[in-house]
Amino acid sequence: MTPGRRHLEPLKEWLIERFIWLCGVSAIFFVFAIFIFVFREGADYFFSGFKAGEFFTSIEWYPTSRTHVRYGALALITGTFSVSFLAMFLAVPFGLGAAVFISEFCPPRLKEGLKIVIELLAAIPSVVWGFIGLTIMNSLIVRLFNAPIGLNMFNGAIILALMSVPIIVSIGEDALKAVPDSYREAAVALGCTRWQMIFRVLLPAARNGLLAAVMLGIGRAVGETMAVLMATGHSIRIPHGVLEPVRTLTATIAAELGEAPVHSDHYQVLFIIGILLFTITFVINITADFIVRGIGRK
Amino acid sequence: MVEQTPKIGVRELRLSYGQHEVLHGISFEILRNEIFGIIGPAQSGKTSLLRAINRTLEFTAGARYSGSITVDGEEVGKVRNVYELRRKIGMVAPLPVGLPLTIYDNVAFAPRMGGIRQKGSIDDIVERCLRQAALWDEVKDRLHTLGTRLSGGQQQRLTIARALSHQPEILCLDEFSIAIDPVTTMRIEEVLKELRQQMTIILVTNLVQQARRLADRTMFLFEGDIIELDRSEVIFSNSPAQQKTYDYVNGIFG
Repeated sequence: MTPGRRHLEPLKEWLIERFIWLCGVSAIFFVFAIFIFVFREGADYFFSGFKAGEFFTSIEWYPTSRTHVRYGALALITGTFSVSFLAMFLAVPFGLGAAVFISEFCPPRLKEGLKIVIELLAAIPSVVWGFIGLTIMNSLIVRLFNAPIGLNMFNGAIILALMSVPIIVSIGEDALKAVPDSYREAAVALGCTRWQMIFRVLLPAARNGLLAAVMLGIGRAVGETMAVLMATGHSIRIPHGVLEPVRTLTATIAAELGEAPVHSDHYQVLFIIGILLFTITFVINITADFIVRGIGRK
Repeated sequence: MVEQTPKIGVRELRLSYGQHEVLHGISFEILRNEIFGIIGPAQSGKTSLLRAINRTLEFTAGARYSGSITVDGEEVGKVRNVYELRRKIGMVAPLPVGLPLTIYDNVAFAPRMGGIRQKGSIDDIVERCLRQAALWDEVKDRLHTLGTRLSGGQQQRLTIARALSHQPEILCLDEFSIAIDPVTTMRIEEVLKELRQQMTIILVTNLVQQARRLADRTMFLFEGDIIELDRSEVIFSNSPAQQKTYDYVNGIFG
């Protein structure tokens, strides 16, 4: 660097530091801004006519009734949780298993191919998944399980699982790859088999990354809208089995927001559902954070 | 003191990574219950040799060897149970590899893998190994904290304790002292002298004085060939067979 430019160095440093600071802080800013906006849209009703008791305990969702409007979201909450839970029940073991296979057992050439295919899977738009649920899965479930209707919780959960697995696999595989080879070699030098090495050393060493993978998978499942709207049957009820149709919180917002007059009670309740979704994901993330730290402190 | 039956036999060992040959056909024997020193500058194939013996070399893509390595007369490439072979050999790497487990679990790892379940006997093993590695007094009150939180030197002693935990017949120390202070190094050296009664020790070291202090016999490995292998008194005397050995040991080159 020429002597003439040298006096600019502190300024340059300062600019870069400010810029990086801005990048970091903007993330916090946007999260709060979204929260405030969503809350403001629902705030009027939230503080005046909103009946929390009815919202959380009633399954009667009649937002457009002429005589007696009711906003009971229990069925929707149950719908979201049941579909997401079933999806994770299918996706987590499968996704983590695939991540371990790709990272530990796969021959190099197959590995490259698999990774490309999995990334492709992750890039499929959700409406395409919904389409698959609506057509292929629908008739398949009717035929295989003799179900009266193929658009149900099971269908939605499988679609969601298929959408989450690629995320879980690619993030999980990154986490496993980040475990130093020296751990593997040390464990193997102590005379343990590959399985023992994977379960006792690799998975514990990668657990933060693996947990993050699972959390992103759950996040996708809870937040997914279009695919579940198309695949779950969109019917308001508490399901008594996996082959019954359900409706989720997200699908309700997507389906009804366009129809609800702006700033009407119905419109505002939909935003309250938005706040609820926000809170759910927030709680999930905080919980995950505590789990990670809880293990780390040991 | 040293029984005259070979514990490890190496014959015409050629070892290469891809096109690059690291060991050029070396042959030697390591006797039962001796401390066998291996000295030589970096890149002379010392670590590769150890990794070939416990068959962890096969995890490196492109690594192959020809020739023969036997442990107790059995060809390592053909053993029926490679895990048993590896449990027979304790391995300590130059930089400590603390598994991401507690101190206790690090040492209990191999015994548990080997099928020991009773808490009492695992407790005993953990205490014995930590004492042997001169670490017990420093960590006995915090056995259930993460091993990776220890200092570098403590972690290295932890890996020594761990290498002893499955009661190996052979202990390979690959430059174990580079992360440890001299006082602790001396304490561990004392331990090694005692352990010789129970096991065969291969001591790879960059500190030629360490080999002189501990090893019964020392092998000088240089660029993949054995320059000289003899009793340590000879290697470190004023008149080893090879001029190169004298030069290396006395710091004239290398």
